[in-house]
Amino acid sequence: MDATHLPEVTAAGVIIKAVLILAVIAAIAGFGTYIERKILAFMQRRYGPQHVGPYGLLQLVADGIKLFTKEDIIPQHANKIIFAVAPVITAATAFIALAAVPVFPDFTIPFIDVYVPSIASDINIGILFVLGMMAAGLYGPLLAGMAQANKWGIIGSARTAIQFLSYEVVTGLSILAPIMMVGSLSFVDFNDYQADGTWLVVYQPVAFILFLIAGFAETNRTPFDLLEHEAEIISGYVTEYSGMRWGLFFIGEYANMITIGVIASVVFLGGYNDFWIFPGWLMIIGKIAFSFFFMLWVRAAWPHVRPDQLMWLCWKVLMPLAVVNVVITGIVIMLVQ
Amino acid sequence: MSLEQFKNRNVGTQNYKTLDLDHTPVTGMGQFKQVVSRTFKPELFVGLWVTFREMINALFRGKMHTTQYPFEKLPISPRYRAIHDMLRLLESGHYRCIGCGLCEKICISNCITMDTQYDENQRKEVSEYTINFGRCIFCGYCAEVCPELAIVHGPRYETASEQRASFSLFEDMLTPIDQLNLQQEYQGFGAISPNADENIKKTPLAY
Repeated sequence: MDATHLPEVTAAGVIIKAVLILAVIAAIAGFGTYIERKILAFMQRRYGPQHVGPYGLLQLVADGIKLFTKEDIIPQHANKIIFAVAPVITAATAFIALAAVPVFPDFTIPFIDVYVPSIASDINIGILFVLGMMAAGLYGPLLAGMAQANKWGIIGSARTAIQFLSYEVVTGLSILAPIMMVGSLSFVDFNDYQADGTWLVVYQPVAFILFLIAGFAETNRTPFDLLEHEAEIISGYVTEYSGMRWGLFFIGEYANMITIGVIASVVFLGGYNDFWIFPGWLMIIGKIAFSFFFMLWVRAAWPHVRPDQLMWLCWKVLMPLAVVNVVITGIVIMLVQ
Repeated sequence: MSLEQFKNRNVGTQNYKTLDLDHTPVTGMGQFKQVVSRTFKPELFVGLWVTFREMINALFRGKMHTTQYPFEKLPISPRYRAIHDMLRLLESGHYRCIGCGLCEKICISNCITMDTQYDENQRKEVSEYTINFGRCIFCGYCAEVCPELAIVHGPRYETASEQRASFSLFEDMLTPIDQLNLQQEYQGFGAISPNADENIKKTPLAY
């Protein structure tokens, strides 16, 4: 699609888009818990939730009612303000990050003629913004763990600091090589760069794998699920949380999973370009869905790593690999031009 | 393995096979090689494949492992000692109990109470028979001592109820006369469960 033929983006369109993202992603994040429980159950040859509604589909509603009506407990010695604000940080940053990524295809609402863009805010430093927002999200677990006057929470927030901070480095460095190739920080440019059908993962397989690993660490998914490793530290930074505040952490985590899926799809896997007979919107949804499924699949298959192994992997393997990848990419670009 | 070998507990002299494990690398190059070989071994993908295969098995090949308990139940071993059953004679439909009182005598927790009298044919009949399930320890002596195989342990293990008396009267435990054809004979001590064949598996080493 040629960018010059797109209708003008109005404020009404952006607001509609923002509401759409909030509503749909929050719903998908909630629905993701159902998907996760089902997929994990199937992989362990169980049924998963199946009694509330057809195929257990209404389990989500039941869980929501439970979360909303649970008592909101704030521990006596907790720092109450920070304790209350921390989950909001996680959820809010996750959704703010989604403001700059293309989530659904663009469309025009008939009759009132409002054009709804595919990105709520197509800023030209999209990738930086998204990564920065996801990095800011680490204040949620960090403050939550330190504010709740609980030893497990403290350990959880210490792990947050080491894990998120270290893997920010790998995320940034791994995505630097594609940025050098495309020469832009905008997601739209990334998408257009791959419009000829050659995905960037073909040129940058190492960067893709590094980004995936770092993405797992940043979304706190299972091989690197150290922040709330329930077998070791009860629930880590969410030990003292209950009810809807805990639910906000959950929604934030699932929204981050979707964001990582979107970034991986747009930057490495061809974005929302048409592919063979499949239209672009179907391709992007399919890719995001697969990356979501892949995260669940990995959770079913692979064990946790220890914190020291995690640090070892980050600083001694992934970071040097990312740097070498950036250097080689730079040399190749220099030689080709 | 012969009995003599089996009885040899002298572990120092037996021939054990040691597994062919790699030694921990000591040199830097050895460590580097280990890291490289571990990095490029497809073991992680084997894990992914195993879980994916199990999902396909569960969804499409009917190998779901769950027993949806209240709706479906696994067959229970005949050795299981649950709430007692009082059996009937198949020919006449009369209850088998002859009122000998052995079960009452042998019961180590004194939970069986019975009362008998002579009927018009000068045969003993049971006028009262109760088991106090608040005391019963389900030891099975009553079933073992019964000369007529009249009192046995049944398979009824769901015994949550508002009153223990719900199970404990003679009429409750007696086989209903219209279900006489369904009455299960006691298979004896040491009987195997009806699905024993299905439960035989290869040892996990075979995977």
